[in-house]
Amino acid sequence: MTNHRGRARRLGDDINTDYIIASARKKETLDENVLKQYLLEAVDPAFAATVRAGDVLVAGANFGCGSAMEVAATVVLAAGIPIVLARSFARSFYRNAINNGLLPIECDTSDIVEGDTIALSIDASGTTIVNERTGRRETRAPLGGIAGDILAAGGLVPYLRREGRFS
Amino acid sequence: MTAPSPPQTISEKILSAKSGSNAVAGDVVVCDVDLVLGTDASAPMAIGYFERMGGRGARVHDASRVVFALDHYAPPSSPATKGFHDQVRAFAKKHSVRLFEVGEGISHQIAVERGLAHPGMLVVGADSHTVTCGAVNAFATGVGSSDLAAAMLTGQLWFRVPETIRVVLEGSRAPGVSAKDVALTLVSTLGADGAEYHALEFTGPAARDFSFDDRLVLSNLAVEAGAKAAVWHPDAVLAARVARFASDQGEPVFPDAGARYARELVIDVASITPTVALPHSPDNVVPIAQAPETPIHMVFLGTCTGGRVADYHEALAVLERGGGKLANGVQLVVTPASSAVERQLAADGTLVKLARMGATITMPGCGACCGTSGVIPGDGMNVLSTANRNFKARMGNATASIYLASPAACAAAALTGRITDPRSLV
Repeated sequence: MTNHRGRARRLGDDINTDYIIASARKKETLDENVLKQYLLEAVDPAFAATVRAGDVLVAGANFGCGSAMEVAATVVLAAGIPIVLARSFARSFYRNAINNGLLPIECDTSDIVEGDTIALSIDASGTTIVNERTGRRETRAPLGGIAGDILAAGGLVPYLRREGRFS
Repeated sequence: MTAPSPPQTISEKILSAKSGSNAVAGDVVVCDVDLVLGTDASAPMAIGYFERMGGRGARVHDASRVVFALDHYAPPSSPATKGFHDQVRAFAKKHSVRLFEVGEGISHQIAVERGLAHPGMLVVGADSHTVTCGAVNAFATGVGSSDLAAAMLTGQLWFRVPETIRVVLEGSRAPGVSAKDVALTLVSTLGADGAEYHALEFTGPAARDFSFDDRLVLSNLAVEAGAKAAVWHPDAVLAARVARFASDQGEPVFPDAGARYARELVIDVASITPTVALPHSPDNVVPIAQAPETPIHMVFLGTCTGGRVADYHEALAVLERGGGKLANGVQLVVTPASSAVERQLAADGTLVKLARMGATITMPGCGACCGTSGVIPGDGMNVLSTANRNFKARMGNATASIYLASPAACAAAALTGRITDPRSLV
């Protein structure tokens, strides 16, 4: 069982990967520890400087749409954000997140505002998300199948090092 | 002998064939991948994943199925991007991967133009617009760099078999209406997440009026509605296209009668007029006649949704009809989608005509679309573009505003210096 308690960083719908990290930034470096200073700069140029380790991104629908660029997942992790909650994810971001060990959780985010404290407990039976301000609690089924195995392994690199192939 | 399968969609059939199972929507399958595309924007990171996944001695599972294209940084716009190119070249050489050099074109354009993508194939590309290859009746989808690495290392990838939205094209297109107008209408009808996790299948009585290049535009823009794949039904247009390539690869895949669809979306093509997507989302579409009065400072003719031969012919016809004189202060940028397109435009005189009008002709590739190479708009500029994305800062300047439209509408704006209905230039 894993628990996490973090501060909600509220975003809207349709946050595309160019907003998470601009294509024009990654032409200079792929080092996520450098790129993280530009995290979400198209949404708010001041955002990156306010991120604290353990923060949780909270979005509406279609988080990570647009380009399939993987730095959009690695930059979020490098900034110290281990979890993204969204009403829905674009599939390429969803895969990239899982492949790098960033936990994407599809859930109702409508009552979460900037600065709320979100408590998560994650185990084999599912993920429970609690908004400590409103008391609202939602339990989501665990991610199953290969995607669940990749996430449990810590990402696609450790998964394939162990398994050698998709199984 | 496998159990008889229920009637299947095209996506279910292709993913079943590639996984050796009877897959239906919702199943998770491990598939053999037929074609793997990487670019200079995605392969460098993939090479890192590949080496960590497989160790120092790791080899590409089947190099004949892997293709790289150096398209996003064409030409390299900095020492770092030159370094990415050299890294990809070294990997390609070591593993005998076919590499298309800087200036040869956009990865998925190359895949269809050189006959690398065939009907019935499973194509993955580390470029979200890989969905473009759905026009050849392939299941083609975009992935990130880690999945690209895994596909190179193992020859396989896992997929959740998507539900399918059946898109039925009806009615005849009015003169002056481009495939781009139909595609933008499709995106706005579905919404930015309206096809999320879904595949699209294009069919209907009007499908035959969509040329192969038109189909590339519709399949491409489908990802702006979240589609995982956007596959066209086989027909005479596809057969004529496939016949160009002396290849016995690929069997057209039809859906079964009675296949189950998530829903059906009828697009009445006859009702579509020239459109424009307003900032900052490709689904923010209005009829161009109703667009607010907007000065345009830069016009971009290029990319995987507007950089093909027919697109430039469409634009040139409007430019010539309107007298061929660019409005004061308008910068016209031309970036062909591939070197083959560029050669054809050079041979038929299009390029020299555009250059004489004052166009800046740049090297084939992704160009200015994502701010990675080419012309970056200045502060506060309005850009009208044939591209597929108009996100804020997409072209490398957060203060610029990007509008998307057809080649004809872009040409009209180049003449007038403002957003203009191309039908008004008679």
